[in-house]
Order: sequence, then C-alpha cells, then structure tokens
Amino acid sequence: MKTYLLPSLKLTGILILICSVIYPLLVYLVSLATPGHGNGNKLMENGVVIGYENIGQKFTDERYFQGRPSAVDYNAAGSAGSNKGPSNAEYLAGVKARIDTFLIHNPGIQAADIPADLVTASGSGLDPNISVQAARVQIARIAKLRGKSEKELNALVDRMIEHPLLGLFGPEKINVLKLNIALTKI
Amino acid sequence: MNTELIGVIATFLITVALAIPFGKYIARVFKGEKTLLDFLAPLETRILKLCGIDPGRQMNWKQHLLALLAINMLWFVYAFIMLLTQGSLFLNPDGNPSMSPDLSFNTAISFMVNCNLQHYSGETGLTYLTQLAVITFLQFVSAATGIAALIVVFNAMREKATEGLGNFFDIFLKSLTRILLPVSFILAIILVFNGTPAGFEGKDTITTLQGDTVQVSRGPAAGMIAIKHLGTNGGGWFGANSAHPLENPNYLTNMVEMIAQVLIPIALIFAMGFYLNRKKMAYVIFGVMTLGMLTLLIPTLIAESNGNPAIAHMGISQATGSMEGKEVRFGPKASAYWSIVTTVISTGSVNSMHDSSMPVSGTMQLLGMMTNAFYGGCGVGILNYYIFIIIAVFISGLMVGRTPEFLGRKIEAREMKIATLIALLHPFLILVGTAISSFVYTKDPSVGWLNNPGYHGFSEMLYEYTSSAANNGSGFEGLGDNNWFWNITTGFVLILGRFLPIIGPVAIAGILANKKYVPESAGTLRTDTGTFGIMTYAVIMIIAALAFFPALVLGPLAEYFNLYHV
Repeated sequence: MKTYLLPSLKLTGILILICSVIYPLLVYLVSLATPGHGNGNKLMENGVVIGYENIGQKFTDERYFQGRPSAVDYNAAGSAGSNKGPSNAEYLAGVKARIDTFLIHNPGIQAADIPADLVTASGSGLDPNISVQAARVQIARIAKLRGKSEKELNALVDRMIEHPLLGLFGPEKINVLKLNIALTKI
Repeated sequence: MNTELIGVIATFLITVALAIPFGKYIARVFKGEKTLLDFLAPLETRILKLCGIDPGRQMNWKQHLLALLAINMLWFVYAFIMLLTQGSLFLNPDGNPSMSPDLSFNTAISFMVNCNLQHYSGETGLTYLTQLAVITFLQFVSAATGIAALIVVFNAMREKATEGLGNFFDIFLKSLTRILLPVSFILAIILVFNGTPAGFEGKDTITTLQGDTVQVSRGPAAGMIAIKHLGTNGGGWFGANSAHPLENPNYLTNMVEMIAQVLIPIALIFAMGFYLNRKKMAYVIFGVMTLGMLTLLIPTLIAESNGNPAIAHMGISQATGSMEGKEVRFGPKASAYWSIVTTVISTGSVNSMHDSSMPVSGTMQLLGMMTNAFYGGCGVGILNYYIFIIIAVFISGLMVGRTPEFLGRKIEAREMKIATLIALLHPFLILVGTAISSFVYTKDPSVGWLNNPGYHGFSEMLYEYTSSAANNGSGFEGLGDNNWFWNITTGFVLILGRFLPIIGPVAIAGILANKKYVPESAGTLRTDTGTFGIMTYAVIMIIAALAFFPALVLGPLAEYFNLYHV
C-alpha cells in the first residue's frame, strides 16, 4: 500500500484543484449570464426585492392567499419537512385542527372542498406553490375581505395557473407569491 | 393528474434512450477507442506524469484494491480534518461552526463511501469551503472509485483476461475527465438557468410581501447538485435536499435530476455489453433490474396517489394524493418515482420526505436498499448484482446437474464462500444495527431519537441502518441522528457496507480470471437467457425476503395494517 500513497496524495491535490476550484468557478461564470446572476431569481416591485420566485413566503394576513403549512415557518435560512409518519396520532390531530381552523376562517366552505396540500406540510417547508383547488377554496374569503367579486378573483386565479411542462408533464400549480402580488394590483 | 403519470413514464424512457448511447461511449473510453473527448488525453497524461504514475503499468486485482484503499484512506483523513476545522477557515460567509469530532467522522466517511448520509443540515452544518473542497470533491472521486472498481471487474471478465487488469489510477482519472466532469458541467448549466444559485454570496435578508423579515440561504450549489445526482451520491446542498426550491426549482429540473441519477447505473449495464461484446447478457440484466424496479415502483405509485386513509377519514379532498412531505410542483407520482429510483440506486437524494410516505411506499423504499442491486449505485450496483449472479449460477448448476460456470470460468468453493459472505453481510449489518439501537432505545427512551411513536419509530431506526449499509444516504429524517451513538455506529456500517462489497466481487473476478478459460459448449449453463434472468431475480428476492421479512413486519407492514384496517 505504501507505494500507492505518494501518487495518491499528488493525484488528490490535483483533483481538488479541478473538482473544487476550477469546476465550480466555471459554473459560476456561466451563471452570471442567467437572469438571477447565479444568486436565485428575485421578484422586484418598484425596485424593491419582495422575495425569491421559488421560495415560498408566509401569509398570515387573511386578505392574502395562504400557502401550505411549513415545518420551518417559511424561514429560508433552513429547510425541512415535518417528517411525521402517516399513522402518527399527534400529527393527525394537527391536520384535523388545521381543517377546523380553515373552516372557521372560511365560512360556507365544506371540508370536502379543502385539498390535502393546504393542510399538510411540504417537503422543504418553503414550497412556493399550491394546487389550483387550494387557491379556489380561498376565493370567497378574500373576495369578502377585499370587497372584490368572486368572478374577478376566479379570473385572476385562472390567469395565474402554471401549466404542466410542455403541457404534458407534471401537475398544474399556482405560485402563491406571484398570485398575491397580482392580487394587490387589482 | 394524467400529466403526472406521463411525466414519470417519459422520464424513464428518456433515461433509457440516453443510457444506451452513453453506455457505448463509456465502453469506448475504457477500450481506448476514439471518442469525442480525446483532446483531453494530453492533459490526462500530464496529470499522471506529475503524480509519478505510469498508466501502462498493469495491476493485478490485489494491487487494484490496495491502490483503491490507499487513496480512499487519504481522502478520509483530509475530509475529517477539514470538517473539524471549517469554522475557522475561509469561505464561510454565514459564519457556520466547525463540526464535532463524531459528526466529522460520520460525514467524512459518509461522503468518502458515496453514501451521503447527512446528520447535519447544509445551511448551518457546512461552509462554502467544505461544501466545495470536501463534499463536492468526494462526490466526484467516490463515484469515480465505483466506476473504476467495476471496470477492473469488466477487465477480469474478458475472455482473454490475465493477471494484468489495467492501471487503477488511469481508469479512475478517465472516469472523472471523460464521464463525470463533462456531464456534471452540462447538468449544472441546466440548473443555473432554472434558478439554482451558483454564486458565492452568503445568506440574503429580505422583507416579504406581507412585511416579515426572513433570511434565504444560498451559495455555489449548482455544480454540487449536478454531481450529487450523476455520481449517485445524493447529499444535498440544503437540508431539504432536492425538495428545496433552489436545489430543484421546477418540474424540468426534477426530470433532469431524476434522469441524471439513473443515467450512469443503466449506462454501465449497456457498457458491459459493448465492452465484453455480450450484448444479450446486458439486455437480460437490464430486463431483470427493470423488473425489480417496477416491482417496487408500482405499489408505491398507487399508495401515494391514493393518499392517506386517516386523512381521507377527515372528509377533505385528496385528489392530488398524499401531500405530507411533498412539494406541489412535483406531485405524488413524480415523488413516488423519485423515492424508488433513489433507493434502488444508491443515490439517497430526496424530493419528498420519506418519513411521511405511506407504509407501503416505506416498505418498497426499504426493499430497494435491502436488495441494492436493481441498477444500483455508480459502478457498485453491478458489483452487487455480480454477487447474485455467482450465487444464481451455483444454485442453477446444482439444480440441473451442470458444472457451475460463468463466462467460461468454473465457480468453485472459494468464490462461493466470498459471494455468500458478501450477500449475508448486508442483512447482518442492518439487522444487528437495528437490534442494538432498538435495545438502547427501549432501555432508555429519554435518548429521544424518534420523531414518531410505535411501529413507525422502529421503521426510522431500521431505515437508518439499511440506508447506511446500502450506502444510500436517504433517511427517515425525523430520526434524531446527530449524536455519538448514531454517528459512530452508522460510520462503521458505512465503511463495511462500502469496501467489502467492492473487495468481494473484485476478488472473485480476479480469481476467476486466473482460471483456465473453458469455451462455452452445449453442456454450458447459459447465463444470457431469460430463464437465467428470472433465476437471478428469484435469488435476489428470496435472500431479501428471508433476511428482512421479520423486520419489515415489525415496522412498515405493522403500520400498514394499523392504518388501513382499524
């Protein structure tokens, strides 16, 4: 084994230079040509950064569309799911409580109208999206609080639907932050 | 909903369509035939010369293993010291601290062995320096180690194989320059154009639309995420791995990352066919592995699409399936597919939290790692499968009364002993580990490891050792594993679960290569037929069932009956 140690040591040094210095620097240089200049895509309003396109935000204000429950409270300094198992009684009680809370804050809505993504925590805790149904089910509440017509808000949601990739692959979804930015403008 | 299923099918078909030509390319690289990247040859020669390595010096199987172990040992020492001192080194804009000795030990081993079990979260546990100089570096070289070990076995399987099985350093370096680096670069470019960060700025502080102040972790992640998948490593830049919206921003990147992680494992099967000129054998192996993958995938897809019965009971709509721990942009079907792909292959990256999967899915994820041979990790997948081939040859030989032979070489007692030991090592490591941890926990539940009570808590411990022994790296992440017990015990399981399954097949292949070549005749048991494929499949499944069924009953299967039939 001794005969291999010195060549291994030299090779390791050269490969650190290639894999950990040259390679990431090349990727960085290319990333400067992207819209976010390699630091993530930001959403700007009037020259002020409101957030990252892909990072979900917390909306506790009832006049906004709300996103999914988050195990890290949408603090993007970290990221995590709840890691609760499907049969965990404490977890199931938590889901039930979310459903009850939602029903109280959204009078007139039936439990059967609430989609699962609205009462379950996402994998990252930063999910920027909700399902289309999760947006629809909040329209009555927001229309009332903002004094808009439900028809107007339904049209807004329709406009904000992000379709499957090439119309073929993956689910339909809505970016909550973009939807709320559009909401403040109508 | 249909678009979700089409997405999964398309992802798989694109993977296979790319893997066939890529496998041909890999075979050409190691045969020394003309390829597109031959302009790199002078650079490779120069690097080897600088290191005092003569690529023409042939090594026998023992010398290959010594070289492999020597260079790996250096990486471990280097990584351990870096992680232990990262807090006081440069490139640490977020001011993250150094790792504790037990966590450094676990992390250094985990990345050296291509496992990428993470007992820390990337946002707070590492610095940009260690993310690049330790993690990214080890992701490249550990994948190249796996490929190199496999190529040595390929060399030994050739008809005219002799003592000399190529030069380890030469094969290893070519795996990096001709395969891993160029493809990773392409993948990284796709990622940065979809919003994955690659810059060196530290955490950003922003005011949200509603007026809260939050921080956003970033960093030069794109290059690392590329090799994390291509090299079947799986360790994420961020804590939430590829569920994180910067690590995996949209459905396109999700497809790209899923394709990237399966690409080399499947390509290497075809590479074997082209390299040894045994295409039929390659197709049979690919068929068996695909059958194995589908056996695990289909129940998972169904379970996740149907959602959680306990939540259905509350009367809400689960039209989008089970969503706990999943991201809306991927949906339950792509998450189910990813969870099986990442466990049959030893990637271990996740785009949904496996801890929150349905019990059936948890069983299938565990089985993916317990069999550990359906496609399998970068290089080592076929090495694991090779062990099962040897066992299947021996058993079929006994059944039909023919001398057990594989590719013209007799399988005798010595090879069978090695193969059996390696096949039994895997359940041994998993079950003994789980038994000890269950004992410790039962003695003193105040250690507080488990995030879930009952059967599921047991599954969390079972999963951790299974993932370690299979060098997978995914986890039922609710488990509180950053403490000396888990760091040390899984550390040792990781080393044994990596190097013995490399040493075993290389030794068998090396020993076989030294035996007299007996040309195939009418009396030979053919190993490139569907029948033999089914036989291998049965051997894999029977060994897994015999070894693991009791443990699965105590964990996810008990949870299943509890959840669905109360």
